[in-house]
Order: sequence, then C-alpha cells, then structure tokens
Amino acid sequence: MQPNPFQPAMFLAILPEIALAVLAALILTLDLTLGTARKRYLGWVTAGGLVIIMALAAALSRPAAQPELIFGGMLRLDGLTFVFRFIFLLGAAITCLLMVDSATVATPGVRAPGREGEFYVLLLIATLGMDLMASSADLVMLYLAIETTSLPLYILAGFLTRDPRSTEAGMKYFLFGAMTAAIMLYGFSLIFGLTGTTNLYAMTAQWSAGKIPVALPLVAVMLALVGFGFKISAVPFHFWAPDVYEGAPTPVAGFLSTASKAAGFAVLLRFLLAAFPQIAPDWTVVLAVIAAASMIVGNLLAAVQKNIKRLLAYSSIAQAGYILVGVVAAGSPISAKLGAQGVLYYLLSYLVTNLAAFGIVAWVGRSLGSDDISVYAGLQKRNPYLALALLVAMLSLGGVPPLGGFMGKLLVFGAAVQSGTLGIVLAFIGVITSVIGLYYYLNVLRIAFSVPAEAHLPALPVTVAFRVAIITCVALILALGTIIAPWFGLSILGAAF
Amino acid sequence: MVLLRAIIPLLSILIFLPAIAGLVILALPENRRNLIRWVALGTSLVTLLLALLVYVSYDAGIGGYQWVEGPFPWVGALGISYFVGVDGLSVPLVLLAAVVLLFGVMISWNVEDRPREYFAFLLFLGTSVLGVFSSLDLFQLFFFFELAVFPKYLMIVLWGSPKTRNYGAMKLTLYLFIGSVVALVGVLAMYFASGKFTFNLIELERAGFSPAFQYAWFPVLFLGFAVLSGIFPFHSWAPDGHVAAPTAVSMMLAGVEMKVGAFAALRVAILLLPIGAKQWAWAILILATINVVYGALIALIQKDFKYVIGFSSVSHMGLVLIGFATLTHDGLLGSGMQMFSHGIMTALFFAVVGMVYDRAHTREIGQLGGLFRVMPVAAIGFIIAGLVSMGMPGFSGFVAEFPIFMGAWQVSPAVAIIAVLGVIITAGYILLVIRRVFFGEMPAALQGRVGDIGMMDKIVVISLSVMMIALGWFPQALMAGILNSGVQRILTLLGGA
Repeated sequence: MQPNPFQPAMFLAILPEIALAVLAALILTLDLTLGTARKRYLGWVTAGGLVIIMALAAALSRPAAQPELIFGGMLRLDGLTFVFRFIFLLGAAITCLLMVDSATVATPGVRAPGREGEFYVLLLIATLGMDLMASSADLVMLYLAIETTSLPLYILAGFLTRDPRSTEAGMKYFLFGAMTAAIMLYGFSLIFGLTGTTNLYAMTAQWSAGKIPVALPLVAVMLALVGFGFKISAVPFHFWAPDVYEGAPTPVAGFLSTASKAAGFAVLLRFLLAAFPQIAPDWTVVLAVIAAASMIVGNLLAAVQKNIKRLLAYSSIAQAGYILVGVVAAGSPISAKLGAQGVLYYLLSYLVTNLAAFGIVAWVGRSLGSDDISVYAGLQKRNPYLALALLVAMLSLGGVPPLGGFMGKLLVFGAAVQSGTLGIVLAFIGVITSVIGLYYYLNVLRIAFSVPAEAHLPALPVTVAFRVAIITCVALILALGTIIAPWFGLSILGAAF
Repeated sequence: MVLLRAIIPLLSILIFLPAIAGLVILALPENRRNLIRWVALGTSLVTLLLALLVYVSYDAGIGGYQWVEGPFPWVGALGISYFVGVDGLSVPLVLLAAVVLLFGVMISWNVEDRPREYFAFLLFLGTSVLGVFSSLDLFQLFFFFELAVFPKYLMIVLWGSPKTRNYGAMKLTLYLFIGSVVALVGVLAMYFASGKFTFNLIELERAGFSPAFQYAWFPVLFLGFAVLSGIFPFHSWAPDGHVAAPTAVSMMLAGVEMKVGAFAALRVAILLLPIGAKQWAWAILILATINVVYGALIALIQKDFKYVIGFSSVSHMGLVLIGFATLTHDGLLGSGMQMFSHGIMTALFFAVVGMVYDRAHTREIGQLGGLFRVMPVAAIGFIIAGLVSMGMPGFSGFVAEFPIFMGAWQVSPAVAIIAVLGVIITAGYILLVIRRVFFGEMPAALQGRVGDIGMMDKIVVISLSVMMIALGWFPQALMAGILNSGVQRILTLLGGA
C-alpha cells in the first residue's frame, strides 16, 4: 500500500509526541539530580515544556489538506488529531500548575516527599497516550494508546499512597478500567474477525460489501462502547467516577474529567464515524439512550451531593451526556458537520471550565482541609477574586452566557435540533436537565457568596502558579463565550477526520 | 445629527457602558464605597442621557429601525452577527430601562453590605436588558436575555429579604431559565427551518416559515419567553421573586425584566411566526385574561405590602399580553404604552415599598398606618402610582389601558369586559392599601420611629411621578407617535403573512 513506511515527514507528524517523551525523560533526570528545595520548580518546568510543545505542534505538525495514514496505517494526522492535541497539552499544563503548590502546601503526613518528579512524568506519559488515542487509525494502535493513557492515570489516582481514600480510588479505577478494556478488546476482536482488518479506515469497504449482517457489527460496536463509555464516564459506565474523583488528588480528578474524557470522545468520534458510518442509524439510537440517561442521572444525583468533588463528578457525568448529544447529531447525515463541531467546541470550553472548577476545589480543599460544600461559606469574603473565578466556572458549567459553556451547549443542542425528531427530543431532555444543573451550580455560588454567622474568617491567599492557572482558565472561558469565531474555526478544523 | 450617527456607535455605547462600569467597579478596592457608588450613579446618569438622546432623535416619520449598527459578522460561519438598532416599539423600552436603572442606583445609595458587588451586578443587569431591547440578531438577543441570570440570582440571594431570599431567588431563576432554554430550542428550530442559516431577525422575518411549522413552534417560543412576562400559569416566580429581591432589583425585575419577556415574545414569536400567532391568539387571550383577573384577586387578599405590588405586576402584565394577542393596531399600541407606563409605575411602587420597609421594618399591612404624615412625598408618589394602576384619566395608565380594551373589544367583547373587571378589582386593592398604610392611626410601635425619606429618595419619587402624569396628559406628543410607527411595522408583517 505504501512504498516506504518511514518517511521523514512522518516523524514531523509525531514531533509533539516525541517531544513529550523527551520532556518526560528530562523531568525524570531533573528529579534525580535536583535538590529537594528546587523540586517545586519541576511543575513550572513541565508546564513550560508543555507550552513549548504546543507551539511546536502549532508550527510544525499541522495536518495536510488530504490527511494520509502514516506509519503503516497506524496513525493519522488530521484536524481531529491536531485540535485534540491542544486540548490534552493545555489540560496537562494547567494540571501541572495546579500541582506546583500542592507539593509544598500538602497536608503533612499525607504525601510522601520527593515524589513530584514521578507525578509529572506520569502525567506526561498519560498525555502522550492521549495524543496517540486521538491519532490512532488502527484498532491495535488504539488499544495500546488507551492502555498507555490508562496505566499512568491509575497510578496518579492512587498517588497519595498514605491516604486510604486515594489508594482505594486508584484500585477502583484500575479494576473498572481493566474490566471495561477487556470487554472493549473483545469487541475489537469481533470487528477483526468480521472484516479481516484492524484499520479503521479500511472497514467501511467491508461493511459496504454487504456480506455482513447489520446485527454483528452493532454488537461489536456496543462492546467497544463499554470501553469508551468508561473513559467518558457516561451512564451506565459511570460508577467509578464519583469515588475516584473524591479520592484522587484533586488536580488529577480535574485532569481525568477533562483531558481524559476528551480523549475518550476523540476516539469515539473517529471510531464511530470513520469505521461505522453505515450503521449510524443504529448506534445513534444506542448513544441517544446513553446520552439521555447520563444527563438525567448525572444531574439528579449531583443535585443531592454534599461533597463538592462528588458534585463535580456527577456533573461531569451529565456533561458527558450533553457532549454525547453532539455525537448523536454527528451520526446523522444532515447534521454530521455541526454535531462534530459542537463536540469539539464543547470539549474546548469544558476543558478550561472544569479545570478551573477543580483547581478552585483543590485550593480550597488544601487550605481548609475539607471538600464539603459547606466550607465554601464566606469564600467571597476570604478571597473575592477566587469567588468570582468560581462564579465564572460554575455558570459556564451551567451554560449561561457570556461564557464558553453556553456556546458549547448551544452548538450541540443546535446540531441535535438539526438532525431530526430524535435530536429534538434529546435537545429538550438536555435543556430541561440543564435547569437542574443550574440549580446545584447556583447553590454552590449561593454558599460561596453568602456570609456565614461566624464573624471572622481568615483570608485565603493564593500562590503565583495557582493564579496563573486560574486566570488562564477564566480568560479562556470568557474568550470562548464572547469571541466565538476563532474557536469555532478551530472546531471546524477539528471536525475533519 | 446625521454625522454623529455615522461616527459614533451610540447605541453600542449605551448598551455596554453599564457593563464596562460594572467591571471597573469590581476592580476598585472594596472600602472605597463612595467612589463605587458615584461611579455607578455617574454611569447610569450618562446611560439615561444617551437613551434620551436616542429616544428624542428617533424619527417617527421615517419609522423602521434607526441608530442601526451592523450587521457585523460575529461568528460568520454560523450566521451570527452583531446587529443593533431600535424601532418605534423598542425605543421607549430602552428609555424605560435607563430610567429604572438610574433610579435603582439612586434608591440603593445607602447599601452597606458589599456595595462593590451590588452596584456591579446591578449594572450588568442594565446591560442585559438594554441589549435585549436593541438586538436585531436572534442569537445576540438570546445572549443578552440570558446574561441576566446570574446578577438576578446573586442579587436576590445576597441582598434580598432574609426570610424568603433563598427560595425566591432559586424559584425565579429556575422558572426563567426553563422558559428561556425551551425558547432556545424553538430558536434553533427556526434557524434550521428558515434554510437561511442566519440569526438576523430582519432576514428571518422574510423566511416564510411553513404554516405547520409555525403552528407547532409558536407556543414553544411564545410561552418560553413569556414566562419572564409572568404569563399564567407560569407566573408564580414573579411575586415570590419580586418580594424576596432588594428594592432596586424588584424595580428592575418588575419594571424592566418583565417587559423583556413580553418584548422577546413579541419580537421573536409573534413577528417571526405571524401565522402561528394568529392561530394561537385565542389561547394567549385566555391565559392573559386569567392573568389580569387572577393577579388582581390574589393581590386583594395579600397581607404583605410588597406581595400586593408583586401580584399587581402579574395582573398588569396580563393587559400587555392581551394587547399583543389582539393583533390589532389599538391593542398593540396600548401594550406598548402599558409596558412603559407599568414599568415606571411599578418601579415607583417598589421604591416606596422599600422606603416604608426600611423605616418601619415591617411589610405587614396590618402593622402599618398613618404614614402620610411622616413621609408625605412617598405617600403622594404611591397614590399617583395607584391612580395610574387604576387607569385614571390624566395618568399614563389610562392612555395605555384604554387602547388595549378597545383592541380587545374588536376581537372579543367578553375578554374586554372581564379585563375591565380586573381593573375594578385593582381599584379595590390599591385603595385598600393606600388607606391602611398611609392613612388612619399610626400603630404605637411605629410612633416616633419612622422618619421622612431622604433627598435621593424624594428625587426618585418625584421624577417618576412627573413622568407618569406627563405621559397621561401628552401621550401623543411624548410616546404614541413613536409607538405608532413601530405598530405599523408589526401590522405590515402580520398582514403580509
């Protein structure tokens, strides 16, 4: 098929991934050579490195007008790969900044000293895996990429080895992940058996040949969906999320709920739309049910939570439901474009929004020693700007203009309305459940902005790294909600696969 | 003037000035209370002057949209543009919003709890309403419409009356959010059904939606927006929300926000779906008539001073909706007048209620009395507003309600008769409240404790009273001419359908 499987241009296509591996090695080396006092700069170095890699990716590894399969059909550098790469890199960079101070301010005894380096290295490897997930064009490569992403994340979730909740989170995440991956792999093997190929882009020809009854690929797709559903924490594959988010270090939970979820959606889009367009009418119904269940269950359960991390976990399940509405719309030929673009836009705004939310939760949790929503009382008195950042994040999650979340919702619901009756029903379920969503987001804000009875509340100062991370997020949330055109352009680019 | 229009984007300045001032205020140090409130006052004064300039310079002879800016592409790929302009119907509402904003700031002069956030949020609310009234792009209209969500909620929760604020704020916000998101689905459906892929309202007016589409989607759009105008049976947020809110927010909510709902219902549902409007007019007439009578009856039995006014708003907004539903020249003209007149009147009502409560510390009608002697200016203002509310000749209420009844008579004499009954009940509760609160014996508990209102408050009461009397005497010169040009345009659209 391809005369020379290794052309120099191919290495340019994976330059960001190579750079990620180099950065990981560099951090590992620095971790061994630097003294304890200087190790707190490792987070800055990692974040800086990630920003440089983003610049590299933007300048040197752009997708061609006619994307081709590279490395013997294993990878594909197209718009989807290109845009998702930024989502992962930005998510990782912000997570690093949020971690910088957790190393110094960490609760004594909970965290073993001297392990910062490992944290950042694992994070980088997970990011590398996500990059490969988004660009995989072959089932084997896809599986390897998913595992490359998952293994470091299992460790990161259980990173606080002396905190039983964290180790439980890591273990739970691992068991769920391993089981769903096994089911997904079974689905992959069925697909291979049916088509005789593992390449996603070679399958359509097999389906079109008409020799395979529709039911068989649908079963295979549903088995694979178990694995993807776990990644994006959609109902009914969501049970791990609240426990893992609650137990994992908060920035890791933020990373899991944004970048890792985005990676799941990248795979979902490519897998379903590149390899299974023929049975789209069937899988859209399956996905529509999953989406509706996620929106309803996620929002209803979030509304009754007392712990902010659990609230955000259920909220992220609901958000997965909204994004799935976009995927459903992408499966219909009428709204294929807008659906995929909506998914991209939603993920972009959700990335910065949820990272801001988890960042603030991490900071409050670390400073006040609790993740109960009740400790947020008087936050506005303690630090008005932190409260304003929380306001922006919560309202963006609720989908209120002029914030990014509003545009994301508008686009996915718009695509759903365009797609037809099923989509209109989904859009109505979506908007009604988003009212429940607004209820609990506003509740958090009410507590944060109201003044508690205790007269004196100490101020809540924040550090530079934290400030940089949160200001970046808030600025991007506002930009995504007001200066919409360039981001939408990015979504159009990313919807090409 | 022509040159001025060409150079200065006056309408945009008018819309965004309050929000920009709000951001500036948020950046000021918290303890500079005086500076903060002077910035707020100065801004709202300039806003009012600009609104007056726009109003006075509106040429009713030419009619149509004036002070038009745009359409400038905002998100070109989606047909979203920035496009503002005012016509004969919206220009009085722009003026109304600026008036109420200024007097809302003045009435809040002595706010002590976190004045920075208070004035900033109030100004954000101002930009939201001004933006809706001037929008010629549907996306933009919705954007401004939803912009009001967080200032409304937070202002009620933070500065509202302690007993009911959490309940009232959440109820109000969720009712309005559910209405607006349901309307959003309708907006999206129109966007796709038009086949033009534009949100430009002028373009959409010419889209020629099929009768079946109009019939199906008109109720969704009209009711979705009309929730904010307090349409029965979705009105119950209004009294609870108005009562829970701090005075300035009650003024903005009942005075301006309810008109935002009515205006959006007219601008989007009736004007874009005229065939649907004609088919469903009977249903709106019935609901709106229930509004008038039911609201007045409930107001009659209230024991709380503020609830009386809260329910009276529901009743009066019913008249506005009746005027719309007649789809006649007289009815629409009267509705236009009523929106302005009721806005000023209810702002004055809530202002006086606030002044009484601040001094007597109770809103129980049974515990008030004889206040005329201690606060004569407030009392006279309240009486004038009461006369307006009863539709007495010589006041703005008469020139607004009379055409509505005329319009209603042309469509259905029964509706006109029942609606007039509602006005008789209005006279009942207004006179009852005036007698029991301002005349009779002052209860012993209030003796010596209640003083007169301050200078700022007097200016508010007198200015609002003068406006209502002036409009009552010179309706044609002051407003009807301008409104007429707007109504003619609507009739053309309705006739052309």
